[in-house]
Amino acid sequence: MVQLLATIEHAVKKPVWGCTMCGQCVLHKTGLTCPMTCPKNLRNGPCGGVREDGNCEVEPDMPCVWVKAQDRSEKMPRTWREQFDDLRPPVDNRLQGTSSWKNLLTGRDKQVPAGWQSDEE
Amino acid sequence: MSSLAELLTEPTPARPVITAECPPVDGGGLNAISEHVRRLAPYVDALNATDNAAAHAHASNVAVAIALNRLGVEPIMQVACRDKNRLALEADIVGAALHGVTTLCCMTGDDVTAGDEPETGRVFDMDSPQLIRAANRLAQGRYLSGRPLDPAPPLLIGAVENPGAPPYAYRVRRGLKKAAAGARFLQLQICYHEDRLTEFTNLAESTGLNRKVALLPTICLVKGAKALRFMNERVPGIAVPQSVIDLVANASDEREAAYQLALEQAKHALSLPGVRGLHFADFRHDDTLGRIVADLGLPTVRGAPDSEAIAV
Repeated sequence: MVQLLATIEHAVKKPVWGCTMCGQCVLHKTGLTCPMTCPKNLRNGPCGGVREDGNCEVEPDMPCVWVKAQDRSEKMPRTWREQFDDLRPPVDNRLQGTSSWKNLLTGRDKQVPAGWQSDEE
Repeated sequence: MSSLAELLTEPTPARPVITAECPPVDGGGLNAISEHVRRLAPYVDALNATDNAAAHAHASNVAVAIALNRLGVEPIMQVACRDKNRLALEADIVGAALHGVTTLCCMTGDDVTAGDEPETGRVFDMDSPQLIRAANRLAQGRYLSGRPLDPAPPLLIGAVENPGAPPYAYRVRRGLKKAAAGARFLQLQICYHEDRLTEFTNLAESTGLNRKVALLPTICLVKGAKALRFMNERVPGIAVPQSVIDLVANASDEREAAYQLALEQAKHALSLPGVRGLHFADFRHDDTLGRIVADLGLPTVRGAPDSEAIAV
């Protein structure tokens, strides 16, 4: 069942968003643009290497994932748009290959390392 | 001699804060570093120990930062996300702090394709806002795992931002994210489009970014038009307008024209709201830093380090 869910998720999200099955999907917060398609895997916005034409430092022929994400996020519903500025935690590498739908339902994708949350929060 | 942490919390700053890049070192023992220190230290509050700058391997950020500290200059240890996973980054920060290196500058890092070993693997296990938060947590006495560090290292955490790269209007929001993660200063990438730096600082003022972090725009000291062309073509995220390159290239004295360009940029940057100081990258390797600091009417920060301190 769980494997079936992962297979369906990959079949849907791979062709549309280039999904790599990180298992902790944040698409709705990033203008429906997958940050894992950024060659540097950045989850919190564009690096300082974006080219004058808005293309990627690493792949000169590819538009910067984050330039696209930021542009698209402006057209999202307000809550999603505001979540663009959230500080997203480091990727949990154990979730690679698992279904983010399952991890969303179980709350597994919200788990962060015990030391991540600031004392003031 | 005030530390950078003290300078950045002064309620009414007496003068701009000046930092500079310590050029990468490969060999020659500590003498190689002390030569740079002798030349640059009199004019700066702190020197950056770079972390495999431009994706080229050099003596490590930790080793150079410790050496700078021994030579009597506050090091700003750059920490980049490109080459190390989160365990190694935490270990470097904690290890350097053990030697009294407590000022950091967190960055994503140029891609490996910008360097001379492009066949290597890229790590990027964390991104820079995550690294800033992780460092901030170390300063609060916790590793990412939650395991305590006691005593916690008293870190001053900085970061970088690039006002000259798209998406321009978003760059200040990214700065705010870094401030929220724990950054207290931002060394801004060299920006050859004055209007972009102006726009960035205006937005920083209206959003309050400049009250959360000290803004330190970078000024590059170059020898001539060749370096400007190189930056424009080869350095990720830096664009130099053709008119600026021509201005230097067509001058009768290219070296002097390059200096005047840097001086104008420095004056312009210091005139902008919320700019707390300047960060210099010296590619001339001569006495230019002293000249520009004097021309800006800034005081010499300290005497040249004495030979005792240098003879390590």
